[in-house]
Amino acid sequence: MTIDRPIAPETRRGLTHLQRLEAESIHIMREVAAQFERPVMLYSIGKDSAVMLHLAAKAFYPSRPPFPLLHVDTTWKFQDMYEMRERMARRYGMDLLVHINPEAQAHGINPFDHGSAVHTDIWKTQGLKQALDKYGFDAAFGGARRDEEKSRAKERIFSFRSAGHRWDPKNQRPELWRLYNGRIGPGESVRVFPLSNWTELDIWQYIYLHDVPIVPLYLAAERPVVDRSGTLIMVDDERMRLHPGEQPVMRSVRFRTLGCYPLSGAIESRAATLPEVIQEMLLARTSERQGRLIDHDQAASMEKKKQEGYF
Amino acid sequence: MPSDDRLLAQDIEAYLDRHQHKTLLRFITCGSVDDGKSTLIGRLLYDSQLILDDQVSGLRKDAKAGTEEENLDLALLVDGLAAEREQGITIDVAYRFFHTERRKFIVADTPGHEQYTRNMVTGASTADLAVVLVDARKGVLTQTRRHSYLVRLVGVRRVVLAVNKMDLIGWSRDEFDRIVAEYRAFAARLGIKEVQAIPMSALKGDNITRQSDHTPWYDGPTLMQHLETVEVANEAASGPLRMPVQWVNRPNLDFRGYSGLIAQGTVRPGDAVRVTPSGRTSTVTRIVTFDGDLDEARAGQSVTLTLADEIDISRGDVLCAADAPAEAAAQFEADIVWMADEALLPGRSYLVKMGAATVPAQVTEIKHRIDVNTLDEMAAKVLELNEIGRCNLAFSRPVPFAPYAETPDLGAFIIIDRISNATVGAGVIHFALRRSQNVHWQALAVDASARAGLKQQKPACLWFTGLSGAGKSTIANLVEKRLHSLGRHTYLLDGDNVRHGLNKDLGFTEADRVENVRRVAEVARLMSDAGLIVLVSFISPFRAERRMARTLFDEGRFFEVFVDTPLEVAEARDVKGLYKKARAGRLANFTGIDSPYEAPEQPEMHIHADQVSAERAAAAIVERLAEAGLFRA
Repeated sequence: MTIDRPIAPETRRGLTHLQRLEAESIHIMREVAAQFERPVMLYSIGKDSAVMLHLAAKAFYPSRPPFPLLHVDTTWKFQDMYEMRERMARRYGMDLLVHINPEAQAHGINPFDHGSAVHTDIWKTQGLKQALDKYGFDAAFGGARRDEEKSRAKERIFSFRSAGHRWDPKNQRPELWRLYNGRIGPGESVRVFPLSNWTELDIWQYIYLHDVPIVPLYLAAERPVVDRSGTLIMVDDERMRLHPGEQPVMRSVRFRTLGCYPLSGAIESRAATLPEVIQEMLLARTSERQGRLIDHDQAASMEKKKQEGYF
Repeated sequence: MPSDDRLLAQDIEAYLDRHQHKTLLRFITCGSVDDGKSTLIGRLLYDSQLILDDQVSGLRKDAKAGTEEENLDLALLVDGLAAEREQGITIDVAYRFFHTERRKFIVADTPGHEQYTRNMVTGASTADLAVVLVDARKGVLTQTRRHSYLVRLVGVRRVVLAVNKMDLIGWSRDEFDRIVAEYRAFAARLGIKEVQAIPMSALKGDNITRQSDHTPWYDGPTLMQHLETVEVANEAASGPLRMPVQWVNRPNLDFRGYSGLIAQGTVRPGDAVRVTPSGRTSTVTRIVTFDGDLDEARAGQSVTLTLADEIDISRGDVLCAADAPAEAAAQFEADIVWMADEALLPGRSYLVKMGAATVPAQVTEIKHRIDVNTLDEMAAKVLELNEIGRCNLAFSRPVPFAPYAETPDLGAFIIIDRISNATVGAGVIHFALRRSQNVHWQALAVDASARAGLKQQKPACLWFTGLSGAGKSTIANLVEKRLHSLGRHTYLLDGDNVRHGLNKDLGFTEADRVENVRRVAEVARLMSDAGLIVLVSFISPFRAERRMARTLFDEGRFFEVFVDTPLEVAEARDVKGLYKKARAGRLANFTGIDSPYEAPEQPEMHIHADQVSAERAAAAIVERLAEAGLFRA
């Protein structure tokens, strides 16, 4: 009645852990290219996106990846990120689509007047849905990892979304072996997470080993910041609203995660090279998303955002 | 050798190099509800010092009370979904990542409830080892047996029996020995040879990462010691080359590559390859990657191969070593675990995805289902949610395969519902059934078009579907009369009449109804092959079967006629008195009453039978057939 599975291929001698992760991610991307009509890669310009984009280039070489990049822009990203975005699209020869939610723009939604929750919901969550509907994408790659956050630990690699982009965590499709079911009905879509099994350390190590370009903000440098109840916010442009009496000061800081600059907390650091960053990260006892203010609003907030359509 | 911690602080490059070359163990934790799975994983993470400060403060926030550190609810670390936290159970598989100085680990924490078996199987399918938890107070339970069966089914060969909550039975060695003996007896029957039993308390941390003072009688490893040292089968990727082609890489006219993940074996430029199922051969010219061409690639790598010859290869084909190619077959014996609320019905058409191939398929026979408690083989006509059965499976065309025990990537499959697109089942192939290969189609000298030509008509099938009493047979009869008077050659297959003869062995259960329709569809096809215009008048309530019938006919030769009468009208007519009986509970599985009718979504013809007369409907149908060019009116 029973049978032996000889050897899971990923545990065979010879391939390093990173090589195995890379092979898995490439396999996932090719499945999407083969199974879907209109895939897209969501590009957030962060380090995970950088690795995902690099893997896409590898997966389809010598062809260019058979899908465009989509950046759902909030207009509040760091200037360094915008430069990086243009540079990467050119480097990998991919079409770059930028979506800016026109309603958010019309209402001047910003993190200062509207708070992080509203800002994020309207620019990112609603903006993403608009963009996906506008172009009719049926599959969207995202750079989320299972080690980031508790509800993400439960996400499938092919994560099914109903016609309203909703995620039903209680009713996810079973996902066995390497057999990804990409079949969907009209209006339905799939979010695909090729980096699901990577950890933050894996991402950094891969960037280091393969010289993957990243935004310089990840490395420590003297930058103008203000200290807001222990969170260091960088004053990236003239839109930053200073409290009365507040003066930006130059501190040596770096960022663990990058989002909208008024919502991304920097940490004090002298780690100016990748190995130093990795070293500091491993020695630190604080987890990655802490630097992102959006998660602290309520417990299980990420799951709620995902049900509503945010990544 | 310096410790990880020292390297990290003093020589980050050396640390990274060591880390990169660590081995990986993927394991799954499973067992019954409340056995403490989530607590165990929380404990592993906590004791490996991978719980970070802000996560611990998150736990405190979650617990909403100033808890002491030793009483932190470690399960909250891994029960991520709000729905789970409310119910205090784990409903979906959660993946956790940690590493020690020896290894990297990916652990799948899987749900205990039987209703979430599909999530448990999801986690098991990629695991090298299973940690099966039992509550020392309760011993081996049904779920323990079910999960052990399932992990074995998907190929996990190593099991840790974690006898948890030993503190609650006073660290009783006798009790431990009794549980272990019972489990070993069961595991042996499943063919699980490696069982490491460990007495522990996940809550208190005994025998997880540190040896317990409470178990002087236990001289085995702690859980962490075992996980760090258990042998991960890692013999080189032996066996001949197998690479399922995922994607054909064509950037321009000068380049044609075949992309895929190598499932087995190694490949080098110059190797002779054979394509299954076409049997064509060629030679590998390059192994192309972004980082430059490779001299060799082996199992587990994602690559792109180019060949010396232009041969037709598409997604789902498998590139094989030329001297030892994979076989292709269309009929198999397989074990299936069913994961949907709606039962698996033999004869129903599903999609099967295996390797990179997706094909229509049906279960032709359920040989038996397994009672996971007793391992008894039980007779079964259908497979219900969470049931496991040994089945015969027929694909619509031959597909490259290997028994799962030989090459998992070529022997594992999922089953997809054709309407909802959900993944409804999964299975593993044991072997191909030879009988299909010995029954070849006879090529006949007089073919369908010759026969039809003599009748000066194009054969077709008109499939009348609708509720009992909708007026299907009345309209079908009138259509046939009209066709006959036009000199057309016809035959009418009526549901009631067929049930008196060909299908008199079938009842009205879902499974029998599926078979009923399957047989009629096949008969209709034979008759259309004989050149006839076939009229089928059958309730045929399920979309899936009507779709299956449609696939038997050429494009444009199948006409679904939806005789649409509201239930109240049909019931009021009740020509045969059946609705009355069904309402009185004397007739089970009656369509529209206690069995569903799935209305056609895009019928070729939609007759609102309560609004037009049968005569007018019949005339319209005949007109439509003439328009479709079946004959000259």
